[in-house]
Amino acid sequence: MSKHLRSRHAFSRYPFTMLFLLISSAFMIFPFVWMLLSAFKTPADVYNYPPKWIPSSFKFTNYEEVFKKIPFIRFYANSIFVSVVQTVLQIAISAMGAFAFAKLEFPLKNKLFAFMQSSLFVPEIVTIIPLFLLAASAGLIDTYTGLIIPGLNCAFTTLLIMSFFQTIPNELIDAAKVDGCGYIRVFLEIMLPNSKTAIGTASLFAFLTHWRSYMWPLIITNDVKMRTLPIGLKYLVTETGTEYQVLMAASVMAIVPVLIVYMLMEKEFVQSITLTGLKT
Amino acid sequence: MSVKKKKGAQVYSIKKEQHRAAAIFVTPLLITLILLFLLPVILVIIMSFTNWTMTSTARSYVGFRNFVFVLKDPRFWKAFKNTAYYTALKLVLDTGLALFIAVLLDRKIHFRRFFRIAHFAPVVVPITASSLIWLWFYDPGIGPLNQILNFLGLPSMQWLYSEKTAMLSVILFSIWKGIGYNIILFLAGLQSIPESYLEAARIDGASERQVFFKVKLPLLSPVTSFIIMMGIINCFKVFTEVDVMTPNHGPLESTLLMVSYIYDQSFTRGKMGRGAASSLILFLIIFAFTMIQRRLGRKEISFD
Repeated sequence: MSKHLRSRHAFSRYPFTMLFLLISSAFMIFPFVWMLLSAFKTPADVYNYPPKWIPSSFKFTNYEEVFKKIPFIRFYANSIFVSVVQTVLQIAISAMGAFAFAKLEFPLKNKLFAFMQSSLFVPEIVTIIPLFLLAASAGLIDTYTGLIIPGLNCAFTTLLIMSFFQTIPNELIDAAKVDGCGYIRVFLEIMLPNSKTAIGTASLFAFLTHWRSYMWPLIITNDVKMRTLPIGLKYLVTETGTEYQVLMAASVMAIVPVLIVYMLMEKEFVQSITLTGLKT
Repeated sequence: MSVKKKKGAQVYSIKKEQHRAAAIFVTPLLITLILLFLLPVILVIIMSFTNWTMTSTARSYVGFRNFVFVLKDPRFWKAFKNTAYYTALKLVLDTGLALFIAVLLDRKIHFRRFFRIAHFAPVVVPITASSLIWLWFYDPGIGPLNQILNFLGLPSMQWLYSEKTAMLSVILFSIWKGIGYNIILFLAGLQSIPESYLEAARIDGASERQVFFKVKLPLLSPVTSFIIMMGIINCFKVFTEVDVMTPNHGPLESTLLMVSYIYDQSFTRGKMGRGAASSLILFLIIFAFTMIQRRLGRKEISFD
């Protein structure tokens, strides 16, 4: 952001600030460092007294253990498939709706908009009980359709995309209309190309929500093969002595890809928070 | 959003074309809303007045019996108290710390990007995976937290395994997990305050402390009230971390929260009528807070 720091001696100007931020950052990062190191530990390292913080060797046996103990690749593939399909569907539906609300006039527009907004007030736990019954009676337990469709949550992403669409000048649309474009072409050739960042931010937001989703995938699946990653990881926790080092190897594989994406797209992440957070 | 003023028939045909286009664009959204929101809400209200269970197909109207049962159930009130405790403690610690760190991050210091990334990282990772790391931290025997306490000459704690500290442990995790979100919001609020306001105060001889308390904090109040109200609403929805870290609601059910209670009634015990009734009670609580937030939110501060 600010590449022009006023002083080169920022450390000496704000010694307390630097010290505090260093300590609190260490606190925030420590669990990740612990996870990365511990994924290499042997059971002896873990149960040694006092337990060792640095592993005695750096072998990938714990990672191999993960694949032996649980169908980890299957969980991962399920999670990726479900969240990607959900994101694509949700963004497509939301962008279309957002276009209608931002740029078109139609009967009952305000009523429909209020109806959509009201869905934001109802927490997941309220709709999940009847949704489960509906999905069960439609035979959707342990199916991808059952995982994907009821998990869609379009209201929020619609509002987000709509707020960008409103900033696109009407003159652009009018000009295209004069040239003989229909509204479908206006949507595809003017709205979408002019709001790539908005669509990107909304997609990122949607993907993260679905990737972390817990309650719905927990109740709509029973079959181990249909579990998604957040649920599947729990199979490694047992009442009789969890093998923490194996659990950490699994966590590394679940967390590190997300962290890498986050570090590459930090700006978009922050934007998705400030925009979704303060504008609703 | 007003219809463009053009002439006679042209206006009519444009209007008609817009209506037709809108029908195409809005329909998919409308279908998902009806299917995933309207229908379930109607159904949950109906269910709350029946003795609906997961196993039997015989259902009959029972009036307000489910609501009466829930409101007389000591477990429900325990869940309510636990949730209130969780909310109060988390909100005070989280909001205070987040504001403090945001103020520090707002200064022109080195490594700002690094600090920001570090504080926000826990927000983006899946909650299940990160709460599993903390499960190890809290292990009374081989967890690093007790090691650190012992190193500092303090006695070991039972963390998630004692009635007294289980909820506290969950709260500590929740703060680690979520504080970055509030830091980002506070930081955005601080950065949107025009520099000229701060300069003016400084020229008038205000100290940095006065600038913070007399200028920045009042201008931040919309952000602060947003964070607090959203914090309350979100605390009443917490489920994942308590379910992963304390699968059986913790020692003596000390981490039983509202959503856990509803989930337990509906899916573990299969008493879906009671679950539906208690979820509607939770909805009313959240709805009340949402309305308060909307009221407060209207008092926007503009810099024009």
